[in-house]
Amino acid sequence: MTLYFLCLVLFCIGLYGVLRKRNIVKIIIGIGIIEYSMNLFFVLLGYKLHGRAPIDAQNQDILNMVDPIPQALVLTSIVIGLGITALLISIAIRIYDKYGTFDITKIKRLKG
Amino acid sequence: MIDNPKNGMSLLVKTITRITVGLILLFGIYIVLHGHLSPGGGFAGGVIVALSLVHLILAFGREAKVAKISMNLASNLESLGALMFLSVALLGFLGGTFFLNVLNKGLPFKLFSAGTIPFSNISISIKVGVGLFAIFLALIILEGTKRKR
Amino acid sequence: MSNPIFITYFVIIPLFAAFFISLAGKYIKRLYVDAISSVFCFLLLVFSLYGVNVLHKLGGVLVYKIGGWVPPFGICMVLDGLSSFMLVTVNLVAFFICVYSVSYMEKYTDKPKFFTLFFLMLAGMNGLVVTGDLFNLFVFLEIASIASYALVAFGTEAEELEASFKYAIMGTVASSFIFIGIAFLYGFTSTLNMADMARVLTTKTNTLLLPFTAVLFLMGFGLKAALVPFHAWLPDAHPSAPASISAMLSGVLIKTLGVYAMIRIFFNILGITNIYLSAMMFLGGLSLITAVILALSQWDLKRLLAYHSISQIGYIFLGIGLGTPLGILGGLLHLFNHSVFKSLLFLNSGAIDYAINTRDLKEMSGLKEKMPVTANTNLIASMSIAGIPPFNGFFSKFIIILACIQKGFMGYALVAVIGSLLTLSSFMKVQKYAFLGELKEKYKNIKEVPMAMKVSMVGLALICIFGGFMLLPSLKFFLNSAVNVLLEGRGYAQVVLEAAAK
Repeated sequence: MTLYFLCLVLFCIGLYGVLRKRNIVKIIIGIGIIEYSMNLFFVLLGYKLHGRAPIDAQNQDILNMVDPIPQALVLTSIVIGLGITALLISIAIRIYDKYGTFDITKIKRLKG
Repeated sequence: MIDNPKNGMSLLVKTITRITVGLILLFGIYIVLHGHLSPGGGFAGGVIVALSLVHLILAFGREAKVAKISMNLASNLESLGALMFLSVALLGFLGGTFFLNVLNKGLPFKLFSAGTIPFSNISISIKVGVGLFAIFLALIILEGTKRKR
Repeated sequence: MSNPIFITYFVIIPLFAAFFISLAGKYIKRLYVDAISSVFCFLLLVFSLYGVNVLHKLGGVLVYKIGGWVPPFGICMVLDGLSSFMLVTVNLVAFFICVYSVSYMEKYTDKPKFFTLFFLMLAGMNGLVVTGDLFNLFVFLEIASIASYALVAFGTEAEELEASFKYAIMGTVASSFIFIGIAFLYGFTSTLNMADMARVLTTKTNTLLLPFTAVLFLMGFGLKAALVPFHAWLPDAHPSAPASISAMLSGVLIKTLGVYAMIRIFFNILGITNIYLSAMMFLGGLSLITAVILALSQWDLKRLLAYHSISQIGYIFLGIGLGTPLGILGGLLHLFNHSVFKSLLFLNSGAIDYAINTRDLKEMSGLKEKMPVTANTNLIASMSIAGIPPFNGFFSKFIIILACIQKGFMGYALVAVIGSLLTLSSFMKVQKYAFLGELKEKYKNIKEVPMAMKVSMVGLALICIFGGFMLLPSLKFFLNSAVNVLLEGRGYAQVVLEAAAK
């Protein structure tokens, strides 16, 4: 039970990074922490007491495995996170070219 | 490879890289091919294959021959990987439904078993690997043109 | 005839088109790229209309089991009344926008990449509407969202990059909330199939977990749909995109990713209660009035249209949140109408931008003599959004206000009427400043926009004019089937599982 609670604490740390930090790269790192905490939470949901890894080998029987479905879903989610991080970093590099700074309080041309 | 001390990292790193790049590439291909038997599969194997190429550029600097692979080739290979995956899925139509596993499914736990799953793994690994490498190339080429200004 | 294999074409065709254009776009002539994309969009439109026809004759749902695996072990694609309604909306607007961007995107570099991203976004939206599995919905949501983040930054000017960055960060946080909600639901019901989950949730409930998950989904999908506390990305992101992408984002993306996903999960899986309905109505009414007041002070044409998008989404949530058949009918009809006339408004602003290179309302005047097609279609779309009979906007707004009064919510009806009046005044301002008046000296040489843009604008305007005909008894089955899916709530599970077992 405490494991799930700690995952949500990690999520809140990442959310703090997105909300309060001023440097663009630190915001991207905050988003990365949010994604890792979500994936960890989802994998931990499938745990069975004294379960072993869900790999089917030739001379072992299928009893007592942890749930393999969250592991397959988290694989997809990790790749989605990779795609988003790559996109955000290339946008951040182009923003540095155009604005000259990484500080989001100075990147405020759109208002109203 | 260029032994020029101005490019890339130190001589120690370059020597070790010459030995380990082949091993990393081989390890990546092993994970892709055994995707239906052990953990891994297309995504993880593709990332490791991409990392072996990134390793080369990191060690040998921007002028290494592998960085001269143009963006065109990388982009074409990536689309080709995606189209291969789609055609593997469409092969299921031959059997009746979308994405059905149509090829011979062999005996379990052998390398040549599980129907169309190894082909999906291979096409996904091409797409993810080349895509990741193309992202890395785009970022360093952008850095390079900025520094020239 | 009732072979459901054509449901897969909605996902296969855009994916194939995206990667094929990415590969072949460098080697074949520009004309062929344009022609191929238009042909693919038209094929999708034909298949969606065929789907409506098949459902009308069959009277049930169509389920396609991917790979032959029976749900709940496999992923299935479900075509019911609501899905076919959304498919027609999405593909119709996408076809017109594709024809428009054939000549609009000449001003930007690299058209093959644009069409790749466009078809990926379309594949994501189509897949989200058709799927019957909750995690598959999340994956298609992410595909469409990431493609739209890249499309907003397509011009790579300074302001576009800033808008795209803000949109991407907020969208990613919203997607993570949705992912946690899906994780909680999977942990509680141990299945991912939507029909199976609805069946399990009728038997076991939890008074603490399910409302928490509902709040998470409200936050996540509310940000994708731009409800009012979560709307801050929209006035920056929609003006910065190229005009055809603004039309696509404002017209269909916020509706499939936000409204459709939320009502599918709330009505059919979690089970609707009065608390959720009143939350939706409150947020809808708040969006209505806040956004339309904020839009009164805008001088940038596309930013004004973006604020009106937020306000009209408020109308849709107000209608659906009523819960009565008349209210849901009004909400869904307004969803279709708003896709059509808001896309037309954004395409008009794109045409103005193409001709005179500015979006500021103070700079333009008297464009009516030089650009008659743009001016007339803009007049039709403005009268639609303000709710003037006999255009289609009038019918949907009238039904929503009538449904509010029927259920006794006089306050919300008053808010809706005030919002409508303020919308009218805002668009009178647009008409006055942009089209009427004297033509400025520097604009004496502008011409009307090219033929492809004119064709798509006239096509959408015709649908605006004749959209009211959808309420005729012979054509009303289109909307009624969608309304019935939402009203039967968790009975969706029974219908789908039966059709899947055949």
